[in-house]
Amino acid sequence: MKKVIFWGTRGSLPVAQSAEDVRQKIIAALKAAEGKSYRNAAALNSFVDQLPFATRGTFGGNSACVEIVGSGPEHLICDMGSGARPLGQAKIATYGAPNPQTYHIFISHLHWDHLMGFPFFAPMYIPGNRIIIHGCHPRIEEAFRLQMSAPCFPVDYSQAGAKIEFDIMTPGKTQYIAGLNVTPKLQLHAGDSYGYRFDSIERSVVYSTDSEHKLDSQDEHEAFVKFFSKADLVIFDAMYSLAEAVSVKADWGHSSNMVGVELCQAAQAKRLALFHHEPMHDDKQLSRLLSETRRLEEITRANFGPLEVISAYDGLIVDL
Amino acid sequence: MNLPLREQAGVVIAAASGRIDHASADAFNLALEPLIKTCVGGSKPLVLDFSGVDYISSVGLRALMMASRQAKGQKGVFAIAGMQPLVQEVFTISRFNLIMPCYLSVAAACQVLGS
Repeated sequence: MKKVIFWGTRGSLPVAQSAEDVRQKIIAALKAAEGKSYRNAAALNSFVDQLPFATRGTFGGNSACVEIVGSGPEHLICDMGSGARPLGQAKIATYGAPNPQTYHIFISHLHWDHLMGFPFFAPMYIPGNRIIIHGCHPRIEEAFRLQMSAPCFPVDYSQAGAKIEFDIMTPGKTQYIAGLNVTPKLQLHAGDSYGYRFDSIERSVVYSTDSEHKLDSQDEHEAFVKFFSKADLVIFDAMYSLAEAVSVKADWGHSSNMVGVELCQAAQAKRLALFHHEPMHDDKQLSRLLSETRRLEEITRANFGPLEVISAYDGLIVDL
Repeated sequence: MNLPLREQAGVVIAAASGRIDHASADAFNLALEPLIKTCVGGSKPLVLDFSGVDYISSVGLRALMMASRQAKGQKGVFAIAGMQPLVQEVFTISRFNLIMPCYLSVAAACQVLGS
């Protein structure tokens, strides 16, 4: 495995910046630029780069879609949220249409925000492409067909040009797929969700979203510590604060930054990516969440090795 | 885990200490349970003195939330007081400061809740 590319990082529902959001970013940038002059474009770029991320960028608003770039020619993708649209466009731009590709798509669960990008995933319309949808839900094919049928969508599933196959995986059973050992794990979420651990000889990545941690079972805790063990990157559902996750939003099927840090520390994982961002949170709130999570890691580090904490955003590329 | 009790200004104060994490959460729960049972409407408020607590993990925080919920259901008064700065940070980061009644010190808690 070489790198991970985040195409969609938002939870539950895609969101977009409003005109007021953009205006506030411009105001913040102009304030920071007051009295400054730039000798050339490089100096201007350098100034922009040092602005806070919430000013110079955005976490984005596409729902879950993450690409794992392996060493072979086949493509590995986790979930088909709305981030699958720009991912599909990028693949077409890179490979063109008359160049058959194989896509392995791992589905965490069948909720809408994790499937909605599939009808907009351009490679699925191109004959010659092969798409293998892996998942543990027995009704996965039915769910894919349903969202591309009248009256939900104007293009019927039967219009797909690519050859689409379904592979029902078994939780806990490792399969060798496109050069990687892939192990699914059952997670707590309405209708069940599944995390995936991807292992190559040198690297391990865990994709664990839409997963609630009840904090009432030592066995469950240990099972996740094992699942995350020594991973180079853990992509973790940090949608809520811990207070929300155990009180008003208990049983909503999501987790918190705090539990992410604790599990990754216990598992001796190297890097934690906060993921499945709450649609209500703007860039400033998500930036604050990242700072606080890094602080939490710092003050709890004593008994563990350092854990790098990042917050996933649409377009982020993480070298493994 | 022991939660030594004392009384001040009509408030029952239970002193917690050490780390409240995966290793100690069950013992903490066990020690807290009988105190919460008696934290009912008309009884003396119960304040957990956290000045001796070095760290609290998610499991410990959940135990507090369950205790607080139970006390509230029984119309009892339950609060936390005297957190060390690092524990206070954990409360802020986890947003538990928004769902649990917290006081800077036991004295401050007694002033508000005491008779």
